[in-house]
Amino acid sequence: MTAISGPAFGRDYENPQPRMGFFTDTSVCIGCKACEVACKEWNAIPEDGLELSGMSYDNTVGLGANTWRHVAFIEQRDVLADAENGDGGMRWLMASDVCKHCTHAACLDVCPTGSLFRTEFGTVVVQEDICNGCGYCISACPYGVIDQRKDDGRAWKCTMCYDRLGAGMEPACAKACPTDSIQFGPLDELRERARERVSAVEGARLYGDSPDDGVGGDGAFFLLMDEPEVYGLPPDPVVTTRDLPEMWRHVAKAAATLATGAVVAFLASRRK
Amino acid sequence: MAECHPVGFQWVMEAKARGAKVIHVDPRFTRTSAMADLHVPLRAGSDIAFLGGIINYVLEHGKEFREYVLAYTNAAMIVSEDFADTEDLDGVFSGLDRKTHTYDMKSWQYEGRDVQAMAGDPDAQWTERTQGVREAARGEMHGSGGAQVSGDIRTDETLQHPRCVYQILKRHYARYTPEIVEQICGVPQEKFLQVCELLTANSGRDRTSAFAYAVGWTQHTVGVQYIRTASILQSLLGNIGRPGGGILALRGHASIQGSTDIPTLFNILPGYIPMPHAHSNEDLDTFIEADSTVKGYWANMRSYLVSLLKAWWGDYATAENDFCFDYLPRLTGSHSTYETVQEQLAGNCKGYFLLGENPAVGTSNTKMQRLGMANLDWLVVRDFSLIESATWWKDGPEIETGELRTEDIGTEVFFLPAAAHTEKAGSFTNTQRLLQWRHQAVEPAGDARSDLWFTYHLGKRIREKLAARSDDLERDRPIIQLTWDYPTKGEHDEPDAEAVLAEIGGWNAKGEPLSTYEQLEPDGSTACGCWIYCGVYADGVNQAANRKPGKDQSWVAPDWGWAWPLNRRILYNRASADPDGKPWSDRKAYVWWDAEKGEWTGHDVPDFKKTKPPDFEPEPGAKGPDALSGTDAFVMQGDGKAWLYAPAGLTDGPLPTHYEPQESPFENLLYSQQSNPTRQVVRHRENRFSPTGSEIFPYVLTTYRLTEHHTAGGMSRWLPYLAELQPEMFCEISPALAAERGLEHRGWATIVTARGAIEARVLVTDRITPLKVQGQTLHQVGVPYHWGPNGLVTGDAGNELLAFVLDPNTHIQESKALSCDIRPGRRPRGPALLDLVRDYQRRAGITDDTGQET
Repeated sequence: MTAISGPAFGRDYENPQPRMGFFTDTSVCIGCKACEVACKEWNAIPEDGLELSGMSYDNTVGLGANTWRHVAFIEQRDVLADAENGDGGMRWLMASDVCKHCTHAACLDVCPTGSLFRTEFGTVVVQEDICNGCGYCISACPYGVIDQRKDDGRAWKCTMCYDRLGAGMEPACAKACPTDSIQFGPLDELRERARERVSAVEGARLYGDSPDDGVGGDGAFFLLMDEPEVYGLPPDPVVTTRDLPEMWRHVAKAAATLATGAVVAFLASRRK
Repeated sequence: MAECHPVGFQWVMEAKARGAKVIHVDPRFTRTSAMADLHVPLRAGSDIAFLGGIINYVLEHGKEFREYVLAYTNAAMIVSEDFADTEDLDGVFSGLDRKTHTYDMKSWQYEGRDVQAMAGDPDAQWTERTQGVREAARGEMHGSGGAQVSGDIRTDETLQHPRCVYQILKRHYARYTPEIVEQICGVPQEKFLQVCELLTANSGRDRTSAFAYAVGWTQHTVGVQYIRTASILQSLLGNIGRPGGGILALRGHASIQGSTDIPTLFNILPGYIPMPHAHSNEDLDTFIEADSTVKGYWANMRSYLVSLLKAWWGDYATAENDFCFDYLPRLTGSHSTYETVQEQLAGNCKGYFLLGENPAVGTSNTKMQRLGMANLDWLVVRDFSLIESATWWKDGPEIETGELRTEDIGTEVFFLPAAAHTEKAGSFTNTQRLLQWRHQAVEPAGDARSDLWFTYHLGKRIREKLAARSDDLERDRPIIQLTWDYPTKGEHDEPDAEAVLAEIGGWNAKGEPLSTYEQLEPDGSTACGCWIYCGVYADGVNQAANRKPGKDQSWVAPDWGWAWPLNRRILYNRASADPDGKPWSDRKAYVWWDAEKGEWTGHDVPDFKKTKPPDFEPEPGAKGPDALSGTDAFVMQGDGKAWLYAPAGLTDGPLPTHYEPQESPFENLLYSQQSNPTRQVVRHRENRFSPTGSEIFPYVLTTYRLTEHHTAGGMSRWLPYLAELQPEMFCEISPALAAERGLEHRGWATIVTARGAIEARVLVTDRITPLKVQGQTLHQVGVPYHWGPNGLVTGDAGNELLAFVLDPNTHIQESKALSCDIRPGRRPRGPALLDLVRDYQRRAGITDDTGQET
């Protein structure tokens, strides 16, 4: 796990950079969706449907090929509160979700073309001119983030504004966020800041911050005010390629056994 | 504020991070409530009862900031014997003429004093004095905040005199008890008292509290009085003129503050100089005499007005011709947007410019708006897209119902594409009076042009035509002689916006830029397009373009943009120091008297004569700023004081009083006077009202905006990235109302008022809570008003439901509290829609007379 803060996890880049990330502090999110709009403007992402969802003020519904930032709205009410006596324990959670830029990124592992790659900032980016639309990455993502555009077949997701980072700018969503709910910076610093914040906010917890979790920690992690499931996030994500080496070992062992068996059988037959 | 001003709300979040408590008072639970420490849902239209209750709490428990109140407010002043309060007259003040729905304000004055209104109705006194023309409407000379007072004022510093302002205030609000607040507003007493305690504990020497409001306060038949109630409260608590205090009017559009300072309003001239009425033979001297104050900075109004006239008519404006004072238009009554529509319907108003305005869906009673436009000769619409106001003649609701036929409409409609804010230069003035310059990023595409371009070139063509004609020179002279010579640049001959700013900022006879309004002269030697903006181009530099980052300067940040007047960031900041000129506390030190240097100093530009010591007493007979004492912190006021009681200036009473909205399910619990007796109710068959307590219209309806859209949607419904975020018209109701009316989440509802019916998708949400009001369960229906028939996302317009019923001071409509019914299913199509509304009217017993009573 030592490499997670380093540039591109040991890859050779001419200009190694500290690993950059997002810390999304949902306790100060006001649900303005400026992140969604700024993301779409900067990355020229198509409109993603004009239907009323009925899910509170969330008509974006989820991340996808045409939505790289998604603000969830969760209305909660204390059922014991007096319904005719004021707001009675009403809570409205808002949280801006995004690609997690995992330390162990399954999408990247399974990509056969090398379209998905680890940048010098430690982020995970799809190269749209290489992607062949095979779709392996889609089922590989433990968060259901990456998706195909129906009309062009290729896979799309958040690049953490790779083009802006290269020019020394912060990603469009973080730039547009009026309350600093979305913070961008070197992952080490963000984790430090998050540790301070989580101890200061009652009822808060961090999500995706730990290098020991199933994806080796997220490059985009969150401070949540409730369980991850409440926000539509998997409680214990695991990199879907985690067991691949083990599986391959089993396959190799089985193949070796088969081969040995075949050799033995062959030799045995020759003795006859 | 988070909902409609998310960018500004970052500062509330920053204050919260530093420990500030945020209280949100709103009928619904919004994105602001989500961030607030305390959300207080209340019945829409009951805020004066709520705020009045806090005033009563403050006075009852002695929580006022007594030293501040004594030094800087009019608490000690004694009011005329002739004054009768709502306590004496069951809900109205002395001077009410029930026939004309107006007050004679004479009896509200200070004792034995000739008090003259400057703010709300300076012209009323002119009429009285001259026994002149009876004006078609009163209160059309809305000037600035000042009001005229002359001579010596009788006071009682012990605040014991039964007719002193303090005692009148105490009696007036005595009945606004926590029990009454609970009954009227639906706010439980414990919760109300929690607000009282939080607010009073956070006000005083060491701490200050700020109020932020928006059109949730202004859009009522008592809108101005809502804000007056907050003013009284903040003055009692010592929260005006001090850092962290104030009453912040959050604006609905970029530079709405700017368009009041340099007005798009009919009744004021730039810098809040009143617009003159059409009196016979009124010359400049008479106007100044009638409308300026004796004491305070409004006494110099002649300098401000003459400089304005010089800016507009240049060398043509001379002392001999009264500086072209006669060229100014004159008022013949109220000419607000609602009167304009009535004149269109009457066939008197023939042409209409809509610059970034979409009344076909964006203004109250959209049907009357459209019928008015259908009665014009010509209509010019300048906007980004083909908004509803440009297309109603072919696809508006009246075409569908058969009330209008395209081939019968004679209006010639011109659509001209407008440039966006990135395509033009100019300034935005925000709520704290801060001007920020905006540079042009790109040229506008195609035929799109800026409003500045349009206005300038239109003016140029009109002037050329008039000059060539010269058949009625007398009439045309005010246009022909205007200074209309801004330099232009670029391929489109775009006028240089900085040249306009320079004219606004002012110059002297040598053409040198001015730096302060104190340099303005009454003799025509200075020109200035707006006296309060004087200095915005000081030293020939565009001060609004100042951009020093906050981290590189003091916490007051004077080098970011430029605030009027004189780059002063907090008005009346003399009040941030005690009467002796010392800061009230170290924590709240802002501006103070430096005795050694003999001057006012501090973190901000002092709002006081720099060398006037705190113990200064004016000479008898002194006038203007010289008549202000060393403790007259409210320098624009005719008496130098913050007004707990307004002896003049408001058309509907010296003290805010709870009245029910025009349409209400409830009777006024406090007085037999149901609603504001001076409210403007327009009588028209398309503008009917539901009766009080109607069982047919049992719910309270309130309209509002969402973060994702802008006003009536002209700037958001055509943009896919915004349209997709709130893609359909909806209404918000509580689960209890959904059950009561059989409404389904995501299903359709039809909402009906006495004037119209619309359909909307239903959001059933706990964020809308039923309230207990006068012992009954009250349901409120929330209606965002962003949609219309055109654009990427469409829906019925909330404004179809609203009425022409107005605040008498501002002529702003009551769009925040009305009565409605809601039922499942979509609305009928075609003529059946009219039948539905007529059926409701019949069942509720509504006639043209309903709701017309004083």
